[in-house]
Amino acid sequence: MTEISLETQGLSRHFGALTAVNGIDFKLEAGARHALIGPNGAGKTTFINLLTGLVPPTQGRVLLAGFDITAKAQAERVKLGIARTFQINRLFRGLSVLENVCISVAERVGAAPSMFYPAGKRTDVIEESMYLLETLRLDDVARHRVSELPYGRQRLVELAIAIGLRPEVLLLDEPAAGVASAETHIILDAIERLPEQIAVLIIEHDMDVVFRFAKRVTVMVGGAVFAEGTPREIEANPQVRAVYLGQAGHGSGHG
Amino acid sequence: MNVAVSPAEQAAVAARIAHPAARVLIRRHHFRWWEALPWLAAIGFYFAFPSYLAFGTELLITVLFALSLDLALGYAGIITLGHAAFFGTGAYAVGLLAFHGIWTEPITSLMLAALAAAVVGFASGLVLLRTRGLTLLMLTICTMALLQEGANMAHDLTGGFDGLPNLAIAPIFGVFKFNPLYDNTQYLYALAVLLICFLLVRTLVYSPFGQSLTGIRENLLRMHAVGSPVRRRLVVCYTISAALAGIAGGLWAQTNAYVNLSALDLDRAATVLIILILGGHGRLYGAFVGAVAYLALEHFLARIYPTAWQLGLGLLLVLIALFAHNGILGIGEMLWRRFGARRAAS
Repeated sequence: MTEISLETQGLSRHFGALTAVNGIDFKLEAGARHALIGPNGAGKTTFINLLTGLVPPTQGRVLLAGFDITAKAQAERVKLGIARTFQINRLFRGLSVLENVCISVAERVGAAPSMFYPAGKRTDVIEESMYLLETLRLDDVARHRVSELPYGRQRLVELAIAIGLRPEVLLLDEPAAGVASAETHIILDAIERLPEQIAVLIIEHDMDVVFRFAKRVTVMVGGAVFAEGTPREIEANPQVRAVYLGQAGHGSGHG
Repeated sequence: MNVAVSPAEQAAVAARIAHPAARVLIRRHHFRWWEALPWLAAIGFYFAFPSYLAFGTELLITVLFALSLDLALGYAGIITLGHAAFFGTGAYAVGLLAFHGIWTEPITSLMLAALAAAVVGFASGLVLLRTRGLTLLMLTICTMALLQEGANMAHDLTGGFDGLPNLAIAPIFGVFKFNPLYDNTQYLYALAVLLICFLLVRTLVYSPFGQSLTGIRENLLRMHAVGSPVRRRLVVCYTISAALAGIAGGLWAQTNAYVNLSALDLDRAATVLIILILGGHGRLYGAFVGAVAYLALEHFLARIYPTAWQLGLGLLLVLIALFAHNGILGIGEMLWRRFGARRAAS
């Protein structure tokens, strides 16, 4: 039995009368490659927001390695090892690609609170950030302003910032969303090359990606877990096909 | 570190640090030759225009005030229209101590002014910095208005509307007297204080802390998501910025030998904001360029159109807002880059 990295118990979130997430019991194993799928509005992003602490739950608990982190703020959870990417890029647009990653690395290694020596003297931070960019093949644009990059490579920077935190749990909210299909392979390659011990939860609409990457799949519908299993089981599940894969089939033009 | 590193790995590390993008970051805090220019100009001014030193002193204080705002607004992105709250706190700290004969030594008075303003900045920042955008803007104005009304109502202590006139400030180091007719002491004193404060701000903005402030300005949500204690950073930044504004206010009180309610005025807060936008925010030297440009414009436009000079200023601001978001320095940088590209091409 693999150890459980991240777990939720009866996790719910209401927005007024709307129940976005409804009593989810979920386990993410250490080193997992887990996909979260479901139709639009199923509550997937809200679920990730609950895991990272961006949104507080109405009910339920979030546990990291068995330790209750429900009351922890977002920044504290990051320190405990939960990192994420956003569905829509959240980058430091006016800064260079390298600076974007440096900000993340500087926070992780605890350099960021220092006020009285130049950031340029932390060559360890800069070197590590540069190394990270090399692994993601972003070193050729390290000097460019991030807003000048094509969208696909901006998505890679989004990923680099999260990896720079050296998380134990990495939550990827549609990492290839909005990327031209010719470029998606860059992002998928990067995700496949993530260190094995990181538990990865990925929200993804593209079924090819899900089946290529995930060892386990959770299907969310209407804020609740509809089905869970291996990709093969999910693919074979007629109910899932009816509510989700069928819809994805209709809308496969964007995938 | 005693970890054995292979020569190949060492070479790879060296290559990463030698990458142009890395070199930009490693060298960013180095002093450039042109950074000496404003200081040389200030010293030149002292010798060239001895009869304008009162004006020069005001200019230096305005630069310091704008610099304090740049730290909060330009670097951390804290939108404020109430920075005179701290300028006024510093001014009244110096004024009250001197007027009531408690403390007149100028340098320690300035430190007390910084402390008083820092306390106000910290206390208000704890509340204000939970908000963003327009709410924050309104709350900064409210803080300043409350302080101004407080100073107005505490008439017995502060002189109310009449202010505190004829402040007796002790000589600097017990030697250099403030000269009411010829501002040479005041000017050099203000210049020295400005230089020290500038070096502090410069160190801060190039530090890892300063980089994280830039991160907060560029993307607040992402800063939370990289584990940054955003609010703590903002409160620290706001407190330091307030302390510097307090020093500017204290200097103003000392060099003018009086304090009145105008130190806490919305007009003063708006002017310093205009100066920073005019010069270019988030650029350290925007405060210098903006203050010089503003005071020069005020001087010359007021001479040509005594009644409507602010119209000219307004038009200029509209142009800056429309075409040059980054102020005069932004235009300069753009031209520099364009010429640089042409030179590289030819």
